[in-house]
Amino acid sequence: MNIVDLPLQEQLVLVLAALVLLSSFVLLEQARLVSAIHAFAWQGGLVAAVTGLVATAGHLPHLYISALLTLVLKALLIPWMLHRLVRRLALERHAEALHRPALVIMAAVALVIFSYWLVIPIVEQELAFTRNMVAISLAAVLIGLLMMASRPQAVLQVLGFMAMENGLFLAAVSATGGMPLVVELGVAFDVLVAMVLFGVFFLQIRESIDSLDVDRLNRLTETPEEDR
Amino acid sequence: MDHLLSSSAWLLALGQALLFAALAPGLTGWIRKAKARLQNRRGAPVLQPYRDLYKLLGKEVRVAHTASPLFRAAPYVVFVATWLAAATVPLITVDLPTAMIADIIVLVGLLALARFFLALAGMDVGTAFGGMGASREMLVSALAEPAMLLAVFTLAMTAHSTNLASVIDAHLHGPLVLRPSFLFALGALVLVAIAETGRIPVDNPSTHLELTMIHEAMILEYSGRHLALMEWAAQIKLLLYGSLIANVFFPWGIATGLEPGALAVGLAAVVLKLAALGALLATAETVLAKMRLFRVPAFLNLALLLALLGLLGHVILEVGS
Amino acid sequence: MDLALWLAAAAVALALASSGVSLAAPWMPRLLRLVAMPLVGLAGLAATVAGLIALTQGGVITAELPMGLPWLPWQVRLDVLSGFFLVVIGIVTLAVGIYGPAYVRGFEHGRDSLAALGGFAGVFLTGMLLVVLADDAFLFMVAWEVMSLASYFLVAFHHEAAANRRAAFLYLLMAHIGGLAILLGYGVLASFGGGFDFGAMRAAELSGGWASVAFVLAFLGFGMKAGLVPLHAWLPEAHPVAPSHISALMSGVMLKVAVYGFIRFVFDLIGEFHWQWGVAVLAVGSGSALMGVLYALMQNDLKRLLAYSSVENIGIIFIALGLSLLYLGAGSPLLGAVALVAALYHAINHALFKGLLFLGAGAVLQSTHEHDLEQMGGLLRRMPWTGLFFLVGCISISALPPFNGFVSEWLTFQSALQAWQLESGVLRSLVPVAAAVLALTGALAAACFVKVYGVAFLGRARSRHVRRARRVPFGMRAGQGLLAVLCLALGVWPSGVVALLGVIPEHVLGVGLSQATARGWLWLTPVAAETASYSAPLVVLLLAALTALSVLVWRRKALRRARRSDPWDCGFAPPEPHMQYTSTAFAQPIRRVFSLVFQIDEGMEPGTGGAARYRLRVQDRAWEALYLPAARIVEASSRRVARLQSGNLRRYLGWTLVTVLVLLWIIS
Repeated sequence: MNIVDLPLQEQLVLVLAALVLLSSFVLLEQARLVSAIHAFAWQGGLVAAVTGLVATAGHLPHLYISALLTLVLKALLIPWMLHRLVRRLALERHAEALHRPALVIMAAVALVIFSYWLVIPIVEQELAFTRNMVAISLAAVLIGLLMMASRPQAVLQVLGFMAMENGLFLAAVSATGGMPLVVELGVAFDVLVAMVLFGVFFLQIRESIDSLDVDRLNRLTETPEEDR
Repeated sequence: MDHLLSSSAWLLALGQALLFAALAPGLTGWIRKAKARLQNRRGAPVLQPYRDLYKLLGKEVRVAHTASPLFRAAPYVVFVATWLAAATVPLITVDLPTAMIADIIVLVGLLALARFFLALAGMDVGTAFGGMGASREMLVSALAEPAMLLAVFTLAMTAHSTNLASVIDAHLHGPLVLRPSFLFALGALVLVAIAETGRIPVDNPSTHLELTMIHEAMILEYSGRHLALMEWAAQIKLLLYGSLIANVFFPWGIATGLEPGALAVGLAAVVLKLAALGALLATAETVLAKMRLFRVPAFLNLALLLALLGLLGHVILEVGS
Repeated sequence: MDLALWLAAAAVALALASSGVSLAAPWMPRLLRLVAMPLVGLAGLAATVAGLIALTQGGVITAELPMGLPWLPWQVRLDVLSGFFLVVIGIVTLAVGIYGPAYVRGFEHGRDSLAALGGFAGVFLTGMLLVVLADDAFLFMVAWEVMSLASYFLVAFHHEAAANRRAAFLYLLMAHIGGLAILLGYGVLASFGGGFDFGAMRAAELSGGWASVAFVLAFLGFGMKAGLVPLHAWLPEAHPVAPSHISALMSGVMLKVAVYGFIRFVFDLIGEFHWQWGVAVLAVGSGSALMGVLYALMQNDLKRLLAYSSVENIGIIFIALGLSLLYLGAGSPLLGAVALVAALYHAINHALFKGLLFLGAGAVLQSTHEHDLEQMGGLLRRMPWTGLFFLVGCISISALPPFNGFVSEWLTFQSALQAWQLESGVLRSLVPVAAAVLALTGALAAACFVKVYGVAFLGRARSRHVRRARRVPFGMRAGQGLLAVLCLALGVWPSGVVALLGVIPEHVLGVGLSQATARGWLWLTPVAAETASYSAPLVVLLLAALTALSVLVWRRKALRRARRSDPWDCGFAPPEPHMQYTSTAFAQPIRRVFSLVFQIDEGMEPGTGGAARYRLRVQDRAWEALYLPAARIVEASSRRVARLQSGNLRRYLGWTLVTVLVLLWIIS
């Protein structure tokens, strides 16, 4: 499959998918909390756009609903909630640079190549043009996980989690033309509930340890603290 | 390939090289004018850089006591290497014998040669500012060059050729394809161009604060025609990057033959495209603030990341398996 | 054709003769200068001519020497591959022979042993020539060890300093560990081939896993000698402490002999290729190139910097070799041949410009007695010819057109850019990443040599003895000049060189570069004319024409004396020499950006009299990560073994009994 043989609309889908991957990288190395939330909102918007375009290209009308849902939830509602939360916690000006950014970015690039390697054997005949997008979505999922592992700040970890969810959704859209609508609604609802729970959780840990640095939670360990 | 080596093609290549040198100060003047208008100033006329060059070329040269012969040779080397690099970039027509002589890697190499001598000239007189400029320039270029080459590789792997004319040809004659890799390569190349030509936010071309300079610090000791050659080379470099971006990513309008009509259209198209790019650059320079030096690596890493993603996007999304 | 082998034999004989003559040097110091060094030069000339004949005529000549073991006579063989490396050895040796007489004159009145200097240099050269000529593993290993041992004594030449003795010991140790790996590798091949001569090994079919075992052993052994990261730490210790003309031979030539060994072993003797090997070599090569240049940037000692830069260039050669293995393993022999030619081209280029730079460093050292960049400055005006030749070396090594370093990097890029022809998608995405590393390396190398040239040769002298520098004798300048001219020639006429080198893949792999020079001598088109073309002669012509044009326009002014005045420097107080950017200052931004790579110890120390002193030490991470732990393990295990040394006689006898019993059991 070469991109030259595809209709313009499907090429646009690929361009948008690549941009989703870029937004994952931007999210990963973003120093300022507010900018990270914006990057996440852009990612949600891009995923929604991909879904909408796949719906048109593949004539899958139920994907329009998914696209709308994604747009409202991921690009508008959740970023807005996070924004409000950050303002309540007075973290608008919070910024922390990634520790050893070059290593993390290199790891992320390696993840992209790795996911491509994983996906090559998968041969999916239907929706052939989206096949390679599975690699991109898998990479987005893994980069989300990498973000959760490399950032100590709780809000950024939540963003990483949500970015993983974006990647999974993209994979579902590109590999199988979307999940059944019921499942999708369920997942969307779960994400929303998770968001609310995270909000409560932030306020709680902030009250108890006076920080959102999850490394501080190390103190809760059973074993005696190491010498530091 | 052989039809390109006819004498008329060579003549055209010569004409285009001269055109490059002639247009370069105009682009700089246009950017300055646009920037002035955006900042609510009237600004100098667009032709001012020509007058500056003319004036400098007539002035007497002063050379520091401590300067070696390299100091006097460097302006010529810098100017000639930059000019030759520019001569390999298709400006108004694709069919260019010079693009055969030197492909895009050689172009990067020629620019590196010019930079090498520029940095050495900065260190020659033995002032602190010169060394500072040279050190910073080499840092910026060390990070910008891989990004540039990676972006170029993306284009080259799409066209299966490192020949700039073939790259543009492949783009022009194929059907309209939206390639994610081109989008990323464009982004990377724009960032590299900003860094390499010393524009805001990496360097400020009109600065007078010594400690913030990169390019100006290296040519601080030059005067008269040496200074004119250095300035001219910088202007040609700006035009080079501008026409590279304009003609590789938006090749429409460029002539594919040697007919006079097509050439006229090509000239008009490239002038329009460059004017638009210049206006964009002026806007960006008005809106953005200069970064401090140790933010520049992050800026260039972004370029590198974009270029790398472009390459991976090309392999994963465009070729498939 | 037999002439070539006779000439090669003459080269060996001349090298040995030079060694023999030097033994009389303690009584007659002039012998070294007047006889021994010219003999080295003649040996170089003979080797060069022999190699060129072998390269142009193709074919293979073999001979059997009346030496060696009764059932295993030494065999020599001269084919295109050994011919090429004979040229590499010969050219640099010739330049050293021209440069040497004036250089060793500086030692005549010192306390250093002239017999050791000349004697071991000749033996060293003999060893290198024989390694390249050997056609059986026995002669190869003997020559290899002769080369290692002789160079050990040359590294230890200035043995008064403890640091030099330590460097020499480390060198000897690493050379022997490497030699052991190579020996084991030959053991694997010999057991399949049923003999120690290369012909039997070549014909042998290795079963699956054993080929990889042999490859890993060879990569380890030759890689250690070549100075690949992370095994490189001995190299920047050992190369700089030898006398400069020997440093030129070690960095310029001996590393190439290790490359020769690797090519001979993997491409010729094993003769089967797996892309996984290619990936391994590519990764190690990229790492070496990047680490080498980054550490080179941090050095303030000129010769040490050049030694680290050798690590970088060996890395570039191995990048190309890795690409070649990868393409061959993936079933694209033509691309493998292009990459192999790129590697060979860079090998000779590196020999030329690193030889040139080491000879230049020697000239600076002899003229100023200074190897610290922080004390130099303004040498271009005091030593114009050395300055000019050194500039040529700097431009070449920074891979700038139109000099030779650029051509080999261009070829490497071209072969990397053919990655789209690969079947596997992952390889397609990995190869360009290696190309990006190569691009970064090239740009950093340019930064490094701007630093070297700008700090040492430009600006103003930073110390008194550098201010008194004089130009060096004619012979030293001529030696450098020869290499500088060759650097330019190999950059301007790449199609001729590639046509010459093209027979090597044809001979070793069975695939030639038919396309590379199909367009005539003006054009270099490694894969196809549509894919990429480079015309170095025309680039040079245009550069020269445009320069002439711009000089002509200002003919009267450009060549006239310009009016001199004080530096402007933004109107501040007249600058002092110590206000210039130093070598450390120049590298500071890069040190900061790449701080992850270095082990930096930086801080302030309260000095005497209240003036604080700035302290900066940049150390190689390989020490901490690899060498010191290895040393600790060896020490701990040897302490455990030392427990056997109880001092009790009866226990010793008991151990002897046990040993005898075990041996008898094995034999039975």
